[in-house]
Amino acid sequence: MTNTTQGVLTPEVSPPPKKTKADKGFLGRAGVVGGVLVVAIVVALLQSGSGLVVWQSVVTGILTGGLYGLIAMGLTLIFGVLDIVNFAHGALLAVAMFISFGMISATGMHPYLTLVIAIPALFLIGAAVHRGLLSGTGGKSLENQLLITLGLSLLLENGLLMFFGAEPKTIALPHDFQFPLLGAVVAGSRLYAFLGAILLGALLYWLLRRTRLGTAIRAVAANGPGAELVGINVRRIHTLTFAIGTACAGAAAALAGPLVTVTPTLGEQFNITAFVVVVLGGMGNVVGALVGGLLIGLVEQLTTIYLGGQSSLLGVFVVFILVLFLRPQGLFGRKTA
Amino acid sequence: MSTITIAGPAGAEKVKAPPLRPQNRQLAILAVLVLIAIPLPLILPPAQGAVAVRILIFLLMAVGWNIMSGFGGMFSFGHAAYFGLGAYTSAYLLVKHNVSPWIGMVAGMAVAAAAAVVIGYFSFRYKLQGAYFALATFAFAEMLRLVVTSSAFANKAVGFTVPLIPDSSLWMLQFEADSPAYFWVALVLAGAAVAISIVFLHSRAGKYVTAIRDDELAASSLGTPVMRHKLMTVALSAAITAVAGAFYTQYYLFVNPELGFGSSVSIQAIVPVVIGGIGTIWGPVVGAIIVGALTDVTATLLRTPPEFLGFLQGRSGLDVVLYAVLLILIVRLLPKGIVGTIAARWRR
Repeated sequence: MTNTTQGVLTPEVSPPPKKTKADKGFLGRAGVVGGVLVVAIVVALLQSGSGLVVWQSVVTGILTGGLYGLIAMGLTLIFGVLDIVNFAHGALLAVAMFISFGMISATGMHPYLTLVIAIPALFLIGAAVHRGLLSGTGGKSLENQLLITLGLSLLLENGLLMFFGAEPKTIALPHDFQFPLLGAVVAGSRLYAFLGAILLGALLYWLLRRTRLGTAIRAVAANGPGAELVGINVRRIHTLTFAIGTACAGAAAALAGPLVTVTPTLGEQFNITAFVVVVLGGMGNVVGALVGGLLIGLVEQLTTIYLGGQSSLLGVFVVFILVLFLRPQGLFGRKTA
Repeated sequence: MSTITIAGPAGAEKVKAPPLRPQNRQLAILAVLVLIAIPLPLILPPAQGAVAVRILIFLLMAVGWNIMSGFGGMFSFGHAAYFGLGAYTSAYLLVKHNVSPWIGMVAGMAVAAAAAVVIGYFSFRYKLQGAYFALATFAFAEMLRLVVTSSAFANKAVGFTVPLIPDSSLWMLQFEADSPAYFWVALVLAGAAVAISIVFLHSRAGKYVTAIRDDELAASSLGTPVMRHKLMTVALSAAITAVAGAFYTQYYLFVNPELGFGSSVSIQAIVPVVIGGIGTIWGPVVGAIIVGALTDVTATLLRTPPEFLGFLQGRSGLDVVLYAVLLILIVRLLPKGIVGTIAARWRR
């Protein structure tokens, strides 16, 4: 895998105000993305013939997209720093969701209160997974890591299936409400999930940008051996990063609980979506992941308008393939050598 | 094809004194294995016979995957696409047009190979590598699954049920339940697949392919037609995987989008090879036997669990848990797989 040091993980090099060529390229691409979105929305309008339906989709898409962003942030962080394509991210999210579900049904606590448990639990699980399974595979072949995380995801999903069974479960949000937003109807749980995801995303950004730990993480991402030389314990940073990335999945699980039906395999779908978001935003780019999440949320909802019910992922995959082929470094990433 | 497997080298080479070339030695071993396997369904109880057939289906998928990802070094995470195309093409032709499954199988091979060439062409043209390539193949398989699930002509989510005919017929690939004929047909197909993979690996094209895998830049600078050989490899790999899909449908008499194109199908193609040894001739064989036997052990365990595992009764997931554990252990402890590790020890 080529070195992907971009976005937030890149140490600041250039002073801000000067408009460079790269900036123009960035604005140009953002313009293209915006243009495509406008066209997509217009087509959706023509297809459905109802502005309200499209507006509802746009609102739902953006709100769901925030969650995708949070999940993808964890994934992209792990990729950017450790160069690991973590196929188990979705399965870890499912584990977190069952932890939440278990806490709620055992103690009757408020769903969002499980954040306090899900985040540290997943942090610890992430650290354990990295120490136990992944550390030491750093320099080895990509297939190695891919297969280990794949095996782990099979293990977790089917472990959940064995112990909890396949019947879907729901997490109800007490006093959930619906409110109108310029004609669209928004569920409180969806709004909370979105706000929570954005808040945690901002927190992660702050952590990476403004703390010693964040500086160390970015240093390791940019140049591992160099970071080692200046006295950073690279192995520990790797474990911490993996744990933080996994904790993102834990947070997303607790926030998304009231929005989904909880099944052992629900992580799969989130995993696929998160990969698309990561590629879209540029592997290793944390802000890109958040923006990509919003875009993919929109794509998913608009596809549902074009093609109806079950095929929402089809549009996501089309976007995925196009981005993989045309801009594998991501929409907003810089080209790496 | 089967004649290569059984008759060819084993007898012919004995007359001449010089030691066998690796290719012929491997073909001879294969012939012996096939000969040993032939009486198996007559000896084994019927339930075990079904396991043996499942092993052979695993074997076909594993051999197919190994050609592309082991010999060719292109890590595919979407072999369900080819399996599903093989399964659906033969099922469609049989159900809608009453075409023999054998013709359907060949048609499925052609469709899968064509799809692989198209997918491969774009992936190589845009230089997708490593994880990006794996993710792209995965995305293609999932797209096919979604398209099939929403296409009326593929019966949407319902899939196809193979119509039963009154008599046994090799031409329609239908025999009485538990008939050893299923095993023999699968054995011929799997044996032919292994033979093809042996011949391919030792052929000029195979040498090019492994050279491209080991160092694409060096190979291309020496004038190897990289694109052509990569496409040839993915086409061969897809065609073999399609055979597995077509046979699967005829054996279980049923296919739906999840069974044909689901991501678990891709995983079933990968896991045996990893356990046996990626990029080896015998890795897929050993891996398929282990995985197939394991699924049977777990199935028995779930039907009649011992006392302390009583809570497992009737639960699903245990088989996958076991092979997930095996997968992780093998990757961590024997990164070359069972066969690869033994071969490496042997050489030292």
